[in-house]
Amino acid sequence: MKRLIPLWITAIAGIVLIASYFVPYAQGLGELTSIWFDILAGFAFILGGGNLLKVHLKKVSDKVAGWGYSVILLASFLITLFVGLGKIGVHPSPDYPDNSWSGVYNEVGSPFWWLYEYAFKPLTATMFAMLAFYIASASFRAFRAKNVEAVLLLGTAFIILLGRTFAGVWLTSWLPESLSGLKIENISVYIMQVFNTAGSRAIIIGIALGIASTSLKVILGVDRSYLGSARSEP
Amino acid sequence: MNAAWAWTILVVVVGASLVVLVTRREQTYRALKDLDRRWIFLLMLLAVAIPILGELTFPEKPTGLAKAVFDEIEKLEPGDKVLMAWDYDPASEGELGPMATAFTYHCCKKGLKMYYMTIFSPVGPQMIDDSINNVLKTEFPHYEYGVDYVNLGYKPGYEGVVKVIVSDLKELYTTDHYGTSTRDIPMMKDIRNIQQMDLIVNVSAGYAGTKEWVLFATTPYPENIKMVAGTTGVMAPGMYPYIPDQLLSLLAAIKGAAEYEELVMSAYGNDDLGLKYRKGMLRMGPQLIAHVLIIILIIIANIIYFAEKRRGAA
Repeated sequence: MKRLIPLWITAIAGIVLIASYFVPYAQGLGELTSIWFDILAGFAFILGGGNLLKVHLKKVSDKVAGWGYSVILLASFLITLFVGLGKIGVHPSPDYPDNSWSGVYNEVGSPFWWLYEYAFKPLTATMFAMLAFYIASASFRAFRAKNVEAVLLLGTAFIILLGRTFAGVWLTSWLPESLSGLKIENISVYIMQVFNTAGSRAIIIGIALGIASTSLKVILGVDRSYLGSARSEP
Repeated sequence: MNAAWAWTILVVVVGASLVVLVTRREQTYRALKDLDRRWIFLLMLLAVAIPILGELTFPEKPTGLAKAVFDEIEKLEPGDKVLMAWDYDPASEGELGPMATAFTYHCCKKGLKMYYMTIFSPVGPQMIDDSINNVLKTEFPHYEYGVDYVNLGYKPGYEGVVKVIVSDLKELYTTDHYGTSTRDIPMMKDIRNIQQMDLIVNVSAGYAGTKEWVLFATTPYPENIKMVAGTTGVMAPGMYPYIPDQLLSLLAAIKGAAEYEELVMSAYGNDDLGLKYRKGMLRMGPQLIAHVLIIILIIIANIIYFAEKRRGAA
């Protein structure tokens, strides 16, 4: 039963969603299934939070390597959850002044706003910005013209790198208008719109065929890997 | 700092490096071969920091894609409805924030009704708040919340949300981001679904974002739903196949933002606005120097590679 019911739910939801795309009468059912999906997606946050607690509490309890980071993660998670859900330091909404919980959770100046503005925002921006350093280091260590394919890739990379800045415009600004197609910024646009589009389309079509085949396997119950290990079945 | 100064500095640095390379060939070869990556990190820091601190800018010549995005918004009439789907977070704010600011400013100047929402991340509403606080409340204080713009906030479910709101918006959005019932918001009263929007403007950093809007909104309803988008650099190549039928046009990364800013500021800008609406252009300075640095690093690395091969063969 533990596996049979999810299998049936998946099969029915999948068939309904496919039918709703092609059969006008099934559109209402398709919308209903999508609404259920959105409600379940909301619950996934609770599941995700629970799983995070379970995994990191175990790491702390077993004192595995790096358990200190788990302590920091758990503390950050619980503090943010507490000040956000509890609306700590938030003023009541003007519409409901007697209800202390009626304010907006991220009100400017509140602890949750402070955590977002001065901890979350700079930390995530820093993580993203660090990519520039790794790209520079990787370009020095890994990008070698070892064969014809690598030379083509290098040439394309140089054109795109220059074409996405004023350097490309400046370097070929001396070319006459009749040869404007050879200007780096125009070659860069051509590469993106022709070669890149052709390659991307091929990949997208391949992925779509793969998704269709995998989805059919899931809907028909052939692929049951999403249900987890069969050993847990009673 | 102007472009002439930047080029002079660059030419001097490259020239001096070449002189050192020629006069002290063996020492340079050994030093570069065993180069500690921390020197590369330092060079990248300087390549990015100096143009930012010097407010280095370059002229931007808008490409066809940026012009197409600008023209699609220009075609709209005052009072037309625009769905502003802000699908990004603080991690990508540096790349996407400038175009979000420029989109908001352009829509305000056109007198459009703006419906903000996000399906990307629970912190998406804060990105919407940034646009509202930095543009709407400062430059357009006469714009009234609920009448001229609304923040519908975040809903979990990724493409599932798009699938529902194409036919019934209020099924999912019973309240706005601040908890006010959508029935009490004047500009929401006549809205049944997003097919009533005159344009979708999407700013996207990943999943769920531009691709999901294309697959589940513009593709099934090509007659009723039109969309333009701005994406991160890594996402842009994957979006080109959808242009122009499923996606009218695209701003790719900070370069796209800078081109669009140039168009918006040329049409609606004035000297009093300051640098807030030219952040894309300001960020093209560090992008240029960083790109040139990466090219130089690749060339040096390949010179070392071929020198090593030759020495090995000898």
